[in-house]
Amino acid sequence: MLLRLEPRQFTSKRMQYASPLIAAVLTLIAGVILFSALGTDPVVALHTFFVRPLTSLYGVGEWALKATPLLLCAIGLSVGFRGNVWNIGAEGQLTMGAVCGSGVALAFWGDEGPWLLPLMLFVGVLGGMAWGAIPSMLKNRFNANEILTSLMLSYVAIQILGYLVHGPWRDPEGFNFPQTRIFGDDGILPVLLEGTRLHLGAVLAVICTIIVWIFMSRTFQGFKVSVAGQAPAAAAYAGYSRKKVILLSFLVSGGLAGLAGIVEIAGTINQLQPIISPGYGFAAIIVAFLGRLHPLGIFFASLLMSLMYLGGEQLQIHLNLPLAVTGVFQGLLLFFVLGSDVLVRYRIRLISQPKEA
Amino acid sequence: MTKLKSWRSLVAGLAVVAVAIAAGFGPARAADPLKVAFVYVSPIGDAGWTFQHDLARKAIEAKFGDKIKTSYVESVGEGPDAERVIRQLAADGNQLIFTTSFGYMNPTIKVAKQFPNVTFAHATGYKRSDNVSTYLARFYEGRYLAGIIAGKMTKSNTLGYVAAFPIPEVVRGINAFARGVRSVNPDAEVRVVWVSSWYDPGKEREAADTLIANGADVLMQHTDSTAVVQAAQDRKVYAIGYHSDMKKYGPKAHLTASTHNWNQFYIDKVQAVMDGTAKSDDTWGGIGAGMVELSPLGDMVPADVRKLVETASADIGSGKLHPFAGPVVDNKGKTRVPAGENISDGDLLGMQYYVEGVVGDLPK
Repeated sequence: MLLRLEPRQFTSKRMQYASPLIAAVLTLIAGVILFSALGTDPVVALHTFFVRPLTSLYGVGEWALKATPLLLCAIGLSVGFRGNVWNIGAEGQLTMGAVCGSGVALAFWGDEGPWLLPLMLFVGVLGGMAWGAIPSMLKNRFNANEILTSLMLSYVAIQILGYLVHGPWRDPEGFNFPQTRIFGDDGILPVLLEGTRLHLGAVLAVICTIIVWIFMSRTFQGFKVSVAGQAPAAAAYAGYSRKKVILLSFLVSGGLAGLAGIVEIAGTINQLQPIISPGYGFAAIIVAFLGRLHPLGIFFASLLMSLMYLGGEQLQIHLNLPLAVTGVFQGLLLFFVLGSDVLVRYRIRLISQPKEA
Repeated sequence: MTKLKSWRSLVAGLAVVAVAIAAGFGPARAADPLKVAFVYVSPIGDAGWTFQHDLARKAIEAKFGDKIKTSYVESVGEGPDAERVIRQLAADGNQLIFTTSFGYMNPTIKVAKQFPNVTFAHATGYKRSDNVSTYLARFYEGRYLAGIIAGKMTKSNTLGYVAAFPIPEVVRGINAFARGVRSVNPDAEVRVVWVSSWYDPGKEREAADTLIANGADVLMQHTDSTAVVQAAQDRKVYAIGYHSDMKKYGPKAHLTASTHNWNQFYIDKVQAVMDGTAKSDDTWGGIGAGMVELSPLGDMVPADVRKLVETASADIGSGKLHPFAGPVVDNKGKTRVPAGENISDGDLLGMQYYVEGVVGDLPK
């Protein structure tokens, strides 16, 4: 007997909308079982995970703050994913964006003005674009698999960051610890809400999301990307250049990941250090698919993902549940969301194999 | 217009709810147990840096019983997440918060400013403020003792050292080890392999294998996993553990481990906060203070070596012996500390050279 996934001929519109709700109900049931088995009151645990992070203005600020880099990376990746271009290296492009933008802040340290921040953001975007351009050119010129090259370049970027903070960019007054100087006030993104850490980067992320939405749904270039993804043969017949789609996808996703990197540095950490991202670039791949590659979906998916990070911390702080449990619960949530999404569009068929003599 | 109004009232309503909930998080009353929180950089696991801090957390629980309530958060990233976690612990009524990794330095200082009535203690950093203390242990004293054992146990006169990053803390450990080795075996050399990670069992294992292939027969590590001890066990050479007693990962290889013991420091800190006498200070205790100790020596270590280690340990504890007593000569032949003097704490904290006995150049 074999299990086979077959695309459904008719995808029920109603089920498409219902699938997130089904996933939510399944997650709640699984949560009740999981937390009861651990001897924790499931109602308290679920409340702590989903509600408690958002019960203060500060918490809401953190929610949006953590969603910001996820949204920026995921919205960029979605362009390529729709065009069948697989950029797995947003983490590296984020890192290079942070490195390049921070380089500007450090170069003008002590000699700055209101022009500094826009310049940092601009250079950060360029850094991410440049890093994204490498796998696209390798693909276009040598047909190198962009999944591998973009992924590997992520580790190269992290090593470059490590070299800089351990070496030439180390804070001269920092006792040789691997950190750069803290940026001057002109290199720090302004806070939006007093009493929170929510900074201008969140607004930039929303603006970028809207721009990408318009680009994909209203422009000819965006149309070309979609066609290249859905019907490569048709795109080739129409004379759309595959190479241009690849380059464009990498420039957009790289640039937005680079923006995420510099926004994260200029908004929260205000200095470079060996680790600047808990894997936002990789988590963004999940976010992009969780949001069905649609800008609005990605917007909500990034908020959900962000809430899962915050909720996991809350379970540790308030209920002393170990980190592994929160990891399991986060995994369950993603499993149900993605699983019900697949089952709405595909069905499982049991196929009995003919017996061979 | 009406739509705008209803939005406004919604926002106002939310703000009221938020304030009400925030008020519920106010500081604990006097009769309540003292809430003490810990921020860990990695999972607790079975051995390593965080494991030792958690042992001390359990020690204060055992000591103070229901007079305190502890909590911890594992695997908190050293980026922007740290600030949120530390802030939440403070807002949640914890009166004493230990932040146990270097990368938490700036977030700790930032949050402490917003919570002047909470006491913070940050491990391994150098920034202090009115309610932020710093603490560290003189791990190099344990390294020196480990060096004595390694220098006596080696047959090949080549010792391997798996190291994380070339920061002063790590360089100091390598140098103290080399000076311990050279104090009993002037012919032995220390070879270092850098793995650019605090915790990466795969890379640590490779580094250990490389060192063994190059003739090292005693391995020392400044990384967080047990891979080096396991490699030594498999390849039938000796190893010295770090952070925690790692004997069970390589019983035939494990000579000893240079371990951390935060128990007494944490007990004292909790007591000070209870008595209202906590003040901002810097603690840098070693063998004398019980913050650094060797785990029980393996059976393969002969009696005369045990004797040597005991004497040296007692002398370091009493201050009679300093692992960096002059002359300290670097591996290029330059005298860094003249004869008759001990190295200053400032020079120890910024150490960026290899002493004689270490092979190679320090990565820049």
